[in-house]
Amino acid sequence: MRFFKARLPQLTLLPSLVLVAVSVYGFIALTFVISLTRSRMLPRFDRWEGFDNYARVWSHPRWEVAVENFAIFGLLYIGGTLVIGLGLAILLDQKIRAEGALRTIYLYPMALSFIVTGVAWQWLMSPDLGLQHAFRTWGWESFSFDWITQSEMAIYCVVIAGAWQASGFVMALFLAALRGINTEIISAARMDGASGPAIYWHIIIPALRPAFLTAIVVQGHLSIKSYDLVVALTRGGPGFATELPSTFMYEFTFSRNEMAMGAASAVMMLVLLTVLIVPYLYSELRHGR
Amino acid sequence: MASLSIDRVTKRFGATEVLHEVSIDIEAGDFLVLVGPSGCGKSTLLNMIAGLTELSGGEIRLADRRIDGLEPKARNIAMVFQSYALYPAMTVEKNIAFPLRMAGMDKAAQAAKVAEVAELLQIGHLLKRKPAALSGGQRQRVAMGRALVRDPRLFLFDEPLSNLDAKLRVDMRTEIKRLHQRLGTTIVYVTHDQVEAMTMATKIAVMEGGAVQQFGTPAEIYDRPANRFVATFMGSPAMNLVKGRVRDGAFVAQGAAAAAAGELRLPLPRGTVPLAEGREIELGLRPEWISTEAGPGSVPFAARVELIEPTGPDIYAMLEAAGQSLVARLPARAGLREKTEAALHLDMAQAVVFDPETGASLMAP
Amino acid sequence: MAADMRRSVQRGVVYLVLVLAAGFFLLPLVAMVFTSLKTMPEITGGAGFETATILSPPRLWSFEAWGLAWSSACIAVACEGLRGYFWNSILLVVFAVSISVALGAVNGYVLSKWRFRGDSIIFGMLLFGCFIPFQIVLIPMARLLGLLDLAGTLGGLVLVHVCYGIPFTTLFFRNFYVTVPDELIAAGRMDGAGFWQIFTIILVPISWPIFVVAIIWQFTNVWNDFLFGASFAGPDTRPLMVALNNLVNTSTGTKAYNVDMAGAMIAALPTMLVYIVGGRYFLRGLTSGAVKG
Ligand SMILES: Nc1ncnc2c1ncn2[C@@H]1O[C@H](COP(=O)(O)OP(=O)(O)O)[C@@H](O)[C@H]1O
Ligand SMILES: [Mg+2]
Repeated sequence: MRFFKARLPQLTLLPSLVLVAVSVYGFIALTFVISLTRSRMLPRFDRWEGFDNYARVWSHPRWEVAVENFAIFGLLYIGGTLVIGLGLAILLDQKIRAEGALRTIYLYPMALSFIVTGVAWQWLMSPDLGLQHAFRTWGWESFSFDWITQSEMAIYCVVIAGAWQASGFVMALFLAALRGINTEIISAARMDGASGPAIYWHIIIPALRPAFLTAIVVQGHLSIKSYDLVVALTRGGPGFATELPSTFMYEFTFSRNEMAMGAASAVMMLVLLTVLIVPYLYSELRHGR
Repeated sequence: MASLSIDRVTKRFGATEVLHEVSIDIEAGDFLVLVGPSGCGKSTLLNMIAGLTELSGGEIRLADRRIDGLEPKARNIAMVFQSYALYPAMTVEKNIAFPLRMAGMDKAAQAAKVAEVAELLQIGHLLKRKPAALSGGQRQRVAMGRALVRDPRLFLFDEPLSNLDAKLRVDMRTEIKRLHQRLGTTIVYVTHDQVEAMTMATKIAVMEGGAVQQFGTPAEIYDRPANRFVATFMGSPAMNLVKGRVRDGAFVAQGAAAAAAGELRLPLPRGTVPLAEGREIELGLRPEWISTEAGPGSVPFAARVELIEPTGPDIYAMLEAAGQSLVARLPARAGLREKTEAALHLDMAQAVVFDPETGASLMAP
Repeated sequence: MAADMRRSVQRGVVYLVLVLAAGFFLLPLVAMVFTSLKTMPEITGGAGFETATILSPPRLWSFEAWGLAWSSACIAVACEGLRGYFWNSILLVVFAVSISVALGAVNGYVLSKWRFRGDSIIFGMLLFGCFIPFQIVLIPMARLLGLLDLAGTLGGLVLVHVCYGIPFTTLFFRNFYVTVPDELIAAGRMDGAGFWQIFTIILVPISWPIFVVAIIWQFTNVWNDFLFGASFAGPDTRPLMVALNNLVNTSTGTKAYNVDMAGAMIAALPTMLVYIVGGRYFLRGLTSGAVKG
């Protein structure tokens, strides 16, 4: 009894720890083990194939497309949200009238699910009745915006919809950071003769470093696991032109009964993410206390 | 009320030992002040008395019964924190009643006790407010009310006045002292402010580097400091220290300029332990022992006034005498002027002598 | 004078850019709302509607599509609209959010105020759970739910969302409680309060800002989830997002764009409402934790 009383705080953590230990660490281990087997429709542990499934995934043309798309999507999505978010934050920080309303407009997409975003943009981007049709009806006959039907361009549609959804969040992050900068430093720089752009370049943007870090980690994380957006916007198509690692994993695991290959692709997604976030976690834990 | 005995208490955080076998004994009704520079281990010691931090060694006894090892709530000790630690979501009334509520006292009795304490501290008009709507001084009073309400055997205060402005600090100091006299409670009070220590305490423990440097009454601490640290820490402006040697039974100050400016030669204070000829010593002179008028047993000397800091009733004069820098505390009406020569007198009756190596006092006990 | 001119031109450009950006962000919403209020001929440019576009306001206002989407549109085999799935999502959100937020609050309290050897390792392990791509757990989770007889049930889905919500809620509460002075807990202990009393009587009443953050975060994540719903729900327990995706991508018959858009609006409204009501507190709380560096 005394024992339990003295350890009450630790004991209250126990349920959560068990849940997370099983559902995060246990499952990661299991998925890894499955990726080494010959599981197809169901997990089976009687045939071991080492890393053959990884070789199989890497030599698959769809995975090649998925990785290429991920590179395009990841870079443009992260870069795009950072540029748009930072730009809007700086402009909004100029004592703008109606700032509250504008902020709400930039931010509301963050409340939506990727499914809704995908549905809405699919509709806007459809060549027959969407924006292309609208511009042509208004008299710009040669206007053309039919990327969603073109294999080489469809991935950029995913980038546009993704950036539309997430830029507001990045803006809010930067805006909060901008407002948190000590105004005395800026006054001091102005006294020292720095001009507006120089102040931004030398003082304000360097002070936003933590916000940059957070934004990159959060957006990078979203870009790696984003699945719903592609499903709702393009269903991975045309063909498999907008395949991403996440859709590859789902398709192979649940539709094609290649569970081991699906598991192998999931493990590679995790490795990619770990490379991105371990440095971040490390600094968070070091500074967080 | 109860006596408190801290017996060879040690505290380690990991490999670093922050308190080394600290021993302090006080009687029931004493007002003990733990004073020392920041980081010397005062709060750690206080938290161990409270039961918030475990001991690494030693014992703590309250009214001759061991309390280390007991839960905080089993010790019947109350504490006032530096940040006041008022519960933000509760009104003043609920804050003060909280210890009673935790003890399971019935509502009517709670209300009666709260009213009594509110009356004592004159905070009756604040009872319905939340802490956020109070000034610093009012929060301070509420925190004291919460400590007083359950008649504990011992009160702990951890730098309770350091968040107040200067004027309020002085007022509250007086008020806490008055409360102590009126209620006769045993108090352990932590501060880094030597003025607070001197004005409030019946016993002072001067701490530094995790050890008690000296324990005694305020007069003992001030007049017979056990070492150079205690001597310079207590008193403002700090005690002057002059390095020199014993020559022909007197003190002769050393220094490069000494020969040119004529040497500063002073008799050794009475009560010094026997000292060998030629031994290096350090003489401690409090600024207020320098005066413009001769007194019984005083020694005259000439000095140049470099700078004067007026404080109102007194001035602090920065002096240059035979190549030594000294600070004097003199009445404003003494009429000294900057950049002039002055004839001054030094009262040697209370001067102290230290070993320059160890800093230990060389006065006979 | 010249300087004044330059300044007002600069201001003008700033406002222009901001307003254009606002237009871009509003575009999909406008298209959705307008389309959902039109009839099919107006959408497809039928007779009499040759000049209508995706961005022109409805000429014939009609709420028919909303009604269809709510109660009679065909999704897979059933033609009962999104109604049932909407309530599935509500139930899911109520249980998943309340359980994960409650656990996260207690975890954050322990990890910040009852420090013990190894606590930062535990916190780091929990934190890592925020970042895993969920694809890595799909296969084993499907098996576990099967073993627990929870496959295809709402309870199973609640369990999944609780598991992967705990890391986030713990992070929020822990980062909030480290900013609460330790002296408050010390005072509580001196006054005789125990572990739970300190939490419920002293801390919970001052924690509403972080409860807002955690609840909104979990609400939007659970409500907007598609992956877990698509992977683990049964035909009767599908959450709204899965149903919406099925509705929009049903290939039978002609596409009813107005019904699709009405469905999308129905799915979007609850979270948008939560944002409009609580968004200010949410962002304040979230960014103060996230940007601190
Ligand atoms: N929880 C702790 N872990 C490690 N070191 C500590 C801890 N608490 C205090 N210390 C160290 O112990 C010493 C004494 O601290 P403290 O008692 O707070 O000093 P004071 O109250 O006199 O300013 C300091 O050097 C401090 O850094
Ligand atoms: Mg302290």
